[in-house]
Amino acid sequence: MYVAVKGGERAIENAHRLLANARRGDQSVAEVSLDQISEQLGLAVDRVMSEGSLYDRELAALAIKQARGDLIEAIFLVRAFRATLPRFGASAPVNTGAMRVQRRVSSTFKDIPGGQILGPTFDYTHRLLDPSLSQGFVPEAPAVAAASTAPTPRVTDILGRDGLIESSPQAEDGASVGDLTREPLNFPADRDLRLQNLARGDEGFLLAMGYSTQRGYGRNHPFAGEIRFGEVEVEFAAEDVGFAVPLGSIELTECQMVNQFKGSATEAPCFTRGYGLAFGQSERKTMSMALVDRALRARELGEELGAPAQDEEFILSHSDNVQATGFVEHLKLPHYVDFQSELGLLRKLRKEFAEASAEANAPDAMKEAAE
Amino acid sequence: MDSVTQHNTQQAQRQAAMAVLAHAEAGEIAARLRTIPLPGHQDLREPENGLVMLRGRVGGDGAPFNLGEATVSRAAVRLASGEVGFGYTLGRDGEKARLIALCDALVQSRDFGGLVERDVIAPLREQLMIRRKQAAEETAATKVDFYTMVRGEG
Repeated sequence: MYVAVKGGERAIENAHRLLANARRGDQSVAEVSLDQISEQLGLAVDRVMSEGSLYDRELAALAIKQARGDLIEAIFLVRAFRATLPRFGASAPVNTGAMRVQRRVSSTFKDIPGGQILGPTFDYTHRLLDPSLSQGFVPEAPAVAAASTAPTPRVTDILGRDGLIESSPQAEDGASVGDLTREPLNFPADRDLRLQNLARGDEGFLLAMGYSTQRGYGRNHPFAGEIRFGEVEVEFAAEDVGFAVPLGSIELTECQMVNQFKGSATEAPCFTRGYGLAFGQSERKTMSMALVDRALRARELGEELGAPAQDEEFILSHSDNVQATGFVEHLKLPHYVDFQSELGLLRKLRKEFAEASAEANAPDAMKEAAE
Repeated sequence: MDSVTQHNTQQAQRQAAMAVLAHAEAGEIAARLRTIPLPGHQDLREPENGLVMLRGRVGGDGAPFNLGEATVSRAAVRLASGEVGFGYTLGRDGEKARLIALCDALVQSRDFGGLVERDVIAPLREQLMIRRKQAAEETAATKVDFYTMVRGEG
């Protein structure tokens, strides 16, 4: 039986009005603008774009404002928005090797061609709260130095030249690229689908899973071969135009994890690798992603299995925070009918239990009656 | 010049112009276009917003995978003389897509190609290069100069 219960409309409407006021906060305090969010809370915007799986700074800033800074709620809003637009097609794969790097570090080689470039980083800060930021802070202008025109090749490409690291798996010409926004995920999933899933996966979840591999649950001995952040050009082969059209540039972070080596009777030992790529400056996310990507290759690489981070179905089914929050948070929606039926069953069981206990407590009378 | 070479040259010019225009603001393009006498033109396709799935490669150089989408705006403009221009840009600024389409049509025009390159594309390219140079110099200042500490006396 389905029982519709009505009567909540006014309460809901008024709750949303109250929410709008709570979102605005004290109206004597200046309202925050989308530009302010985009410019001054840029890493929150990057996270919402990555996990919302939509590169659009302005929309991500709007989502953060609407969600009162609740980033998972903002990611949810962005995901819902993307369903409203038609898809023109897919871009040519971006070339991260040609990135205009703003940051690029390697923990494996000190002297890499192009150098170690720190860029805007929290690394080496003392993590002490800075009271001077509380208001009216004007930073000193950035230092400048002559820019080098030397290329900044990927560290993995340098290692690859000597055969010291496995090469990236290549696709056959014309092979289709898996898209989990179009077809539901099936297991086992290929690497393209796994990376798509991880790229939009929850940073906190991936961080915990990556961390678990470091603590011994599926250890894979990682080095941060390279982390780079910067701008890459996007090209789109537009059918109507007839050639690859430049669309502008996006900011990306890429992490190349270099992991424990492997060889066999037929292949010389070489380092293996895990890969992370995300919108914006998302270092923690891409490092975690690369650790988990590598852990998910355990079966392919013939490693001992059993750790959570190596379990493809477990990882890929629980990484999406929009799905996860939908299912966890739906528990607070009315379940009155479900609960009534549970309550009815429980009352019946308790009654039976009470009757059985009463019988057990009066054994003599029963016995006599039986005899 | 044979027709294939001519076609390739024009395609390269159009791509180079688009690569500059995609990085400019709609207002900047419009301001530059106001400095030249524009021929008659009309929208062939009204600006439309949509999505493009952005792709990366496994390991940076391997098989492609879908990274996530981006908003894209597009439009098409036709000059009275017949040239059709296309405008595509990241974001949702339909006016910018229309202006890029107009520039693309002008780039193909015998009468306006040189003018639009000189008065619109070239100045915007220069601005873009200045911004990139500034950013590159700020980045370069954060490059680590390793030096070795020599301890003891040999």
